[in-house]
Amino acid sequence: MATAAHQLTPEEASAHPAPEAIVVRFAGDSGDGMQLTGGQFTLSTALAGNDLATFPDFPAEIRAPQGTLFGVSAFQINFGSTQIDTAGDQPDVLVAMNPAALKTNVEALKPGGLIIADAGEFGQRNLDKAKYAANPLEDGSLDKWQLLKLDISALTVEAVKPFGLGNKEALRCKNMWTLGLALWMFDRDRAPLIEWLRTKFAKAPNLAEANIAALNAGHAYGETAELGAMGIAQRQVSAAPAEPGLYRTVTGADSISMGLVVGAQLAGLPMFFGGYPITPASAILHSLARYKEYGVTTFQAEDEIAAIASALGASYAGSLGVTSSSGPGIALKGEAMGLAIMTELPLVIVNSQRGGPSTGLPTKTEQSDLYQAVYGRNGDAPMPVLAARSAADCFDVAIEAVRIATQYMTPVMILTDGYIANAAEPWKVPDMSTYAPFPVTFHTELPPEGEKFLPYARDEKLKRPWVKPGTPGLLHRIGGIEKALGTGNIDYSPGTHQAMTDIRRDKVLGIDIPDQSIEQGQAGGKLVVVGWGSTYGPIASAVRRARAKGQDVSHVHIRHIWPLPKNLGGLLESYEHILVPEMNTGQLKTVLRDQYLVNAVPLNKVSGQPFTIAEIEGAIDRHLSSDRAEELGPDNSQLPSPEAVNP
Amino acid sequence: MNELTTIKPSTPKDWETDQEVRWCPGCGDYAILKAVQRTMPEIGGTPENTVFVSGIGCSSRFPYYMETYGFHTIHGRAPAVATGVKLANPDLDVWIITGDGDALSIGGNHTMHLLRRNLNCQVLLFNNEIYGLTKGQYSPTSREGTRSPSTPFGSVDHPAKPCAFALGSGGRFVARGIDVNKNLPSVLKAAHAHQGAAFVEIFQNCIVYNDDVFEPFVAKPNAARNQLWVEHGKPMLFAGGTQGISLDREALTVKVVDVIDGDWQAAGVIVHNVTNRAIAHMLVEMPFGPFPMALGVLYDDPAPTFESAVVAQNRAAAEGKVPDLQKLVAKGQTWMVDKQPHSL
Repeated sequence: MATAAHQLTPEEASAHPAPEAIVVRFAGDSGDGMQLTGGQFTLSTALAGNDLATFPDFPAEIRAPQGTLFGVSAFQINFGSTQIDTAGDQPDVLVAMNPAALKTNVEALKPGGLIIADAGEFGQRNLDKAKYAANPLEDGSLDKWQLLKLDISALTVEAVKPFGLGNKEALRCKNMWTLGLALWMFDRDRAPLIEWLRTKFAKAPNLAEANIAALNAGHAYGETAELGAMGIAQRQVSAAPAEPGLYRTVTGADSISMGLVVGAQLAGLPMFFGGYPITPASAILHSLARYKEYGVTTFQAEDEIAAIASALGASYAGSLGVTSSSGPGIALKGEAMGLAIMTELPLVIVNSQRGGPSTGLPTKTEQSDLYQAVYGRNGDAPMPVLAARSAADCFDVAIEAVRIATQYMTPVMILTDGYIANAAEPWKVPDMSTYAPFPVTFHTELPPEGEKFLPYARDEKLKRPWVKPGTPGLLHRIGGIEKALGTGNIDYSPGTHQAMTDIRRDKVLGIDIPDQSIEQGQAGGKLVVVGWGSTYGPIASAVRRARAKGQDVSHVHIRHIWPLPKNLGGLLESYEHILVPEMNTGQLKTVLRDQYLVNAVPLNKVSGQPFTIAEIEGAIDRHLSSDRAEELGPDNSQLPSPEAVNP
Repeated sequence: MNELTTIKPSTPKDWETDQEVRWCPGCGDYAILKAVQRTMPEIGGTPENTVFVSGIGCSSRFPYYMETYGFHTIHGRAPAVATGVKLANPDLDVWIITGDGDALSIGGNHTMHLLRRNLNCQVLLFNNEIYGLTKGQYSPTSREGTRSPSTPFGSVDHPAKPCAFALGSGGRFVARGIDVNKNLPSVLKAAHAHQGAAFVEIFQNCIVYNDDVFEPFVAKPNAARNQLWVEHGKPMLFAGGTQGISLDREALTVKVVDVIDGDWQAAGVIVHNVTNRAIAHMLVEMPFGPFPMALGVLYDDPAPTFESAVVAQNRAAAEGKVPDLQKLVAKGQTWMVDKQPHSL
């Protein structure tokens, strides 16, 4: 990841053979514990010093009917000895715990890749549920892959026999058996997992020991069953080059929560978080609820509206108000965002985007709330919008959002997405002494004798004063009705509305943000790939590969979606072509065209799955092979076929 | 914090703003504003520690006219905003001003949860049984058959009963008052004295769109006969003490009884107990007409407040832990990378 390793220059990349990286996908029933297996495998991989990226992909139903195609839950991890930017295009290894998991995932597997299947689950009933006419483990239909069929169910039951569990409980240990085998395959240490199991099942030591026995049995199976003879060798993946330092893994939800806490502390404010459960944003509420010693109050409100309204009330009373949600919840919060804009109070709104519209795809990822973030309110309602590119990046983005909110008295929206929120990646633990505080000063000074306090007076940044109720001598009233300059008294007169609308716009446009940097390449040239948010990984990899092939392509990744960096327009104009890959139907593209009158060409994907590197690489190839960008308009041939990405 | 007012007690005038009051002439809101401004000095309020939070509607303009901190929010959301204010600073004295549409229609959910959680604040619901600011549509408390621009042939839905709603939501203080009645300040004082969410329904006359809708019990000739002012420890008498409320033991409900020669005991008149929830339920459900309108403090039985529980839990959870940002970011399983493990 960006924080964990240096970036290859094209020269470096072409001078060395392809780096070793392995993609493993665990797939099973949603009750099979695949997310847990994947998470623990991730941890052991991180501890082994590999760079990695993960992609948890699970159904919206908590426990979909067993064995069905729509109940399959999968977890993919890409790890290796060089910088890893994405969860990987195609798995090298697929662990399929039942026929449905095999059916929905096998087409993604690399030709020649390894399938590990639990043969014990391939009975007639499960084959029927997965709509297999014949048993694929027997009929030769998997011949283009390497197949390892094991009766994992029976092996697990046998391994945990001494613990006297019921059959159902014994089978629950299957995921640990599989994990044990995977750990053997990639020569990973079991000790941290054993420790973790003992802590997790501290209250049921028998279950802990059964799970450990299953883990050990899976590992021993790899060691002793002469898998080597079947051509299945233990694979070594050496550690990735990384900057020296202390590392941990983080998900976007962890990282954004820590960033918010740090931001509030840097501002010198207590934090109030109002939230309402919604996938995939709830994880932020969960993690903040545990940070009481940092002055965090969390409030699970009765609905999305109350969540933001209470956060705004807390900001009014002198806390940093924060709320978070996903698309549908953000829609409900819209009116209160307008109130925050009108009353000019700080507020941070985190939007973990998911597929939409309406309920859409609750557990799938998408970037389709950019319009909603930038434009989605009644009236002219300008609001700063930031986008995080990765789980680790959420930390700095959250701090930046708190800085802008408190320094400019404005609500700020952070865009992440389901992919960032759930995916884990290694993170170099930052040195907190390098973060400069930006303390808030509440206004307490009385106006000169005979003058009235002006709640809507402006400083040079156009910011109004923040006065906490409880402050003597500065009584005032605020609200959502248009107000007079200075006094803030209700005022509908035409001149006032014009002036206040202009001020609200200018305040946001004047926010001090860094200039747009270039990730790879340089200003000027044939093609720039412009991205935002979680498409960072595939774009960075695709551009790196393209540059290694000698193609003239640069990568620009935008964090400040609104206001846009002041140099962005000039930078974009310096390229002949602009390609904008997005997991939506072209929303940043619209903003760029509108703001700069440039021919930004979209590359869109809304399948609920992240871009693969190959998709973006292909688009770069097509673009550079044609000099006429208009031929590359948003025609359907650019869209990846649903089968290709979502088998 | 507030030397000025501790030295010199405030007067009602101190609670008035320089803003021109913009309700229709003759609106009941004027009387309520005066009653609140009269109450504030009596409860020893300090303007800077007082916050009025309102939603949208005629009543919700109220904060602009109170010389305190004030937040005129959005339709129905005042309870939610007030919850954030109070949790962020439990020392503030929070008053919510709302109306029948604001509190029971668009904001019904928030009203319910505020009462259930028992946030320590006062909720003054101005009930005029109509939407005034939007020009006269029927409201959730309008009686069946109310003719309005949106119900030209009369409304057909059953009205909500604010006090029954408040009790049903778990409210621990429920009271009723009338805009122009001299008892209103005493009801407001009791509401303020209650620790927890205090819900007060104030019958407020909308002179333009629903004039005289409360005349059957507010108009002078009807008042004595049709107003039952309850008081803790006192018998429930009305009509100059000639009638009272008694328990119909067979029907398990209340009935009106005649009181002969002041002998209310003989007539079996109930003595009001503000902590008795069953009595409160019967009072708020009494249909007006056969029964008088129950007014005053109907129920008052304090329970621990929401913000005190939140503060206590925050304290307990933070106890013995030192905030350390470096520790925060280095949580969980970590590993050291000493040097570049190998170069490519």
